[in-house]
Amino acid sequence: MSDEQVDQMSTPTGYTEYHPRWYRTRLGTLWWLRRRSYLVFILRELSSVFVAWYVVFLLLLMHAVGQGGVEYQRFLRWAANPWVVGVNVVALIFVTFHAVTWFTLAPKAMVMRLRGKRIPSEWIAGSNYLAWAAVSALVAWLVLGR
Amino acid sequence: MPKRPIEPFLWLLFSAGGVLAALFLPILVFLFGLAFPLKWISSPRHDDLLALLRNPLTLVVLFVLCALALFHWAHRFRYTLYDGLQIKHLNRLINVFCYGGALVGSAAAAYVLLQAR
Repeated sequence: MSDEQVDQMSTPTGYTEYHPRWYRTRLGTLWWLRRRSYLVFILRELSSVFVAWYVVFLLLLMHAVGQGGVEYQRFLRWAANPWVVGVNVVALIFVTFHAVTWFTLAPKAMVMRLRGKRIPSEWIAGSNYLAWAAVSALVAWLVLGR
Repeated sequence: MPKRPIEPFLWLLFSAGGVLAALFLPILVFLFGLAFPLKWISSPRHDDLLALLRNPLTLVVLFVLCALALFHWAHRFRYTLYDGLQIKHLNRLINVFCYGGALVGSAAAAYVLLQAR
C-alpha cells in the first residue's frame, strides 16, 4: 500500500454526498436527571472530583509536615475552617461511595476461574472489602501510633 | 472521538488509581480531613508524622497513590464532561485540562515528597 493510500485511510471522513446520515438523538445537558440509575452514574463519575480534591489536601498536609511543627499546626487550624470541614464531609461521602461501587463492580470486570469454574462474584467482592478493611486498619495503626 | 493507541494505557492508570483511591482515601479523609481538625482524636505529634513520612516505603506509596489517583480523576472527569455535559466539541481543551492537571499534580507530589525526605 502506498503512503498516500494509508494517509487517505487515516484522515477523518468528512461529509460526502453518499455518506449515510447518522441517526443520533440529541441529549440535553440535564439528561442524567431523568432516571435514578443515570443520576447514580453521574454521581459515581463526580466522585472523582473529590478524589482529586483530597490529593490536593494531602499534598498541602505533606508539605506542611515537611516544613516543620509550626506549619503542621497551622495546617490543622486551616483544616478546621468550616468550609474545609464541609468539603471534607462531602468528600468522605463521595470517596466511600466510590469505594463501595468500585468493589461491588470489581467482580464484573474481573472474571477469574479456578479449575475451569468461575469464582463466585461474592468471593471477589468479599476479598476486595477485606483488603479495604486491612488497608484502613494499617493506615490508622501507622498514623495513630503503635 | 478518535481512537488513539494511548487509550488503553490511560484506562489502566484510571483503573489502578481507582483501586488505590478506594483502598486508601476513605480512612485518610476521615482521619486528616475530619477527626484531627475537629479534635475527635488527638492529632499525631509532628515528629512521629515526619518520621512516618520520611520512611522510604511511605514516600513511594504516597507518590504512587497521589499520581494514580490524579490520573483516575483525569480519565473519569474527562468522560463526565463529555457525556454528562455533552461538550464533546471542547475535546482538546478538556484533555489538556484533565491529563495536564494530573501531570502537574504528580510533579507537585514528587517535589513535596522529595523536600520532606
